[in-house]
Amino acid sequence: MNEEQSVAESPLVLQKLQENYADALLAHEETRDGVAVVVGKDDAYALLEYLKTEAELGYTYLVDVTAVDNSQLESELVKYDYARFMVVYHLYSYQGCCRLRVKVPVHERDLRVRSVTSLWRGANWLERETYDMFGIAFEGHPDLRRILMPDDFDGHPLRKDYPLRGRGERESFNFETQNV
Amino acid sequence: MGLDFGGARNLSADSGFMDDNIITTTIDKVVNWGRKNSLWPMPFGTACCAIEMMATLASKFDLSRFGSEAIRFSPRQSDLLIVSGRISIKMMPVLKRIYDQMPDPKWVISMGACASCGGVFDTYTLIQGVDQFIPVDVYIPGCPPRPEDLIDAVMQVQQKIAGGEVPKGIEVAV
Amino acid sequence: MHAELERATGEKMVLNFGPQHPATHGTLRIVLELDGESILKATPHLGYLHTGFEKLGEHLDYNQFIVVTDRMNYLSPLSNNFGYVLAVEQLLGIEVPKRCQYIRILMAELSRLADHLLWLGTAALDLGAFSVFLYSFREREKLYSIFEKTTGARLTTSYTRVGGVLRDLYAGFDEDVRQFITNFPKALRETHTLLTRNRIWMDRTKGVGPIASEDAINYGLTGPCLRATGITHDIRKAEPYSSYDEMTFEVPVGSNGDAYDRYLVRMEEMVQSCHIVQQALDNLPDGPVNVEDNKISLPKKSDAYGHIEGLIHHFKIIMDGHGVQPPVGEHYCATESPNGELGFYIVSDGSGTGYRIRIRPPSFLNFQALPHMLEGGMVSDTVAVLGSLNVIAGELDR
Repeated sequence: MNEEQSVAESPLVLQKLQENYADALLAHEETRDGVAVVVGKDDAYALLEYLKTEAELGYTYLVDVTAVDNSQLESELVKYDYARFMVVYHLYSYQGCCRLRVKVPVHERDLRVRSVTSLWRGANWLERETYDMFGIAFEGHPDLRRILMPDDFDGHPLRKDYPLRGRGERESFNFETQNV
Repeated sequence: MGLDFGGARNLSADSGFMDDNIITTTIDKVVNWGRKNSLWPMPFGTACCAIEMMATLASKFDLSRFGSEAIRFSPRQSDLLIVSGRISIKMMPVLKRIYDQMPDPKWVISMGACASCGGVFDTYTLIQGVDQFIPVDVYIPGCPPRPEDLIDAVMQVQQKIAGGEVPKGIEVAV
Repeated sequence: MHAELERATGEKMVLNFGPQHPATHGTLRIVLELDGESILKATPHLGYLHTGFEKLGEHLDYNQFIVVTDRMNYLSPLSNNFGYVLAVEQLLGIEVPKRCQYIRILMAELSRLADHLLWLGTAALDLGAFSVFLYSFREREKLYSIFEKTTGARLTTSYTRVGGVLRDLYAGFDEDVRQFITNFPKALRETHTLLTRNRIWMDRTKGVGPIASEDAINYGLTGPCLRATGITHDIRKAEPYSSYDEMTFEVPVGSNGDAYDRYLVRMEEMVQSCHIVQQALDNLPDGPVNVEDNKISLPKKSDAYGHIEGLIHHFKIIMDGHGVQPPVGEHYCATESPNGELGFYIVSDGSGTGYRIRIRPPSFLNFQALPHMLEGGMVSDTVAVLGSLNVIAGELDR
């Protein structure tokens, strides 16, 4: 879809972002699945809001919010000042039929990221899941609780230091505290 | 009549009446015969196995041919718990509670690899076999088992009942 | 009347619905706050079937993970297989042979039929129409036997491979499928007669659980639930993957976004899937079904046993730490699964195991909009709305 465009000129979204958010963009590339940009944590919300509301772009559909624990991926770590986590937003524009990936590096010492639930209601559970699995704290989220794991669960399973077979919770989970 | 309770039938040789109309047996055997042919399964279907369980109940395989079509989603009315699917640590308390709510005597079928031993999912959240927490009478292998396997398991439960076997969940004082 | 009385006294009741309830299909749970019969607030709880698929993806190699995708949306495993291997192939930068693409489309559309059929049966069953359940399972069994002959399993098919499919179609496939799609419209008409103009069915689904198109986009709804609101969006059309650009089909849309429209959209999608199957069968090209790359596809058994090279290739693909190794990078790939957009976001570190495999499940976002559809409605509508969404716990909780 973008292949012909990319030969001639960079996609519209990239031009627009470079015009308006040149300082915020840490990196950008054109990939086979659309465009990917990396943006600093403080600018992420404004950029996402711009992408959603700018009439020419119209990224009105938030496809997915997730995170990646880069602690064992040296090549990514060195790029972004050893930020352990990367929060990943996937957006889609119905009018342009194109996809965009927005990545936000997050340091382990400060896991707070501004929530986008005020822009997309669909972000609610996606952010809850990211919190549950990675421990990313979304600021301004109306209801940041665990979603998949039990409420009294300890730890964040999709972090790389969490063992696949768990830490013994399969045998020692609590029968009582979960309100059945 | 085609029924065999295993009791003596021919008490009085000179009376045709006794021959045709009276069956002597033990009360246990009558009760077990009744139980065996009117199982009320409580389907605890969570994942893929539940779809095969539905196929078993539907028209082609038709579990009702084996006297267990009265599917009840209320544990209070059921005597056969079919655990079909993956059970997570969040689900296990629910399952345990449902098992506890079922009246005695009750039987449990653990359908499929996940319910029996965790299957291919040896992960942080999945119970590696429900038999760690509730007693299981019959295990069905397969991922998922075919409907025929489930029917076979129900028939094995029926055999156990007919044989007067005490369900796993009941502790017998010695 | 009762509702008015309750409202007058101002008492609220909290009703726990699930996880073990016949209409929640096993593992969904909703806590309803009621004012008499009307729903003030609905709070879904999930995670009862959380299995750790994404974590498992970091420990299995790319071909092993196909087995896990089967168990995600277990109504249509072939669509999941398809979506996943497509993502890996795009990450690798390879394209499978034309015949393979057609076979995958055939199987994906047949499994769309199977998925919609099961949805139809259970949604009708939840609203008390038992016969539809039996009729739809009768058709599903025919599909099961086609799947079983092709893949070796009824349900958990694991049919696709990175760079191809497990094996070519069996000899009588064409005949079996043609017979099925000839008879299927008749069965569908039967269901239309039972439900579409049925007074009870209409009363219970029309105007129930509506959602406007702007809200649907805001919630990230996809698939039939989105199209029922009137938005003509289908990934098969918008970003044609595999060979979908060579197929002619319509994208059915609704207008009100209620449970009845979702029903009609799914019914029409089944007809369209039949058209696609027909076209794919008519134009099925000859040729290999696997890419001819020894680093990706397994060699023929005769080669593996007869030649040292074949044996080495076999070994290299199967052995732990070897296998398919995409370059370092990341890729997101979306396919139109029966429930909506099924996306796989794969981060590769260049090894034979995914560094991170994120699954973007359609059910997760569709289920999220449930409170929006329920609140303000009646408690008895819960079952109708839940049924119309077709939430599959396996992909919801992963």
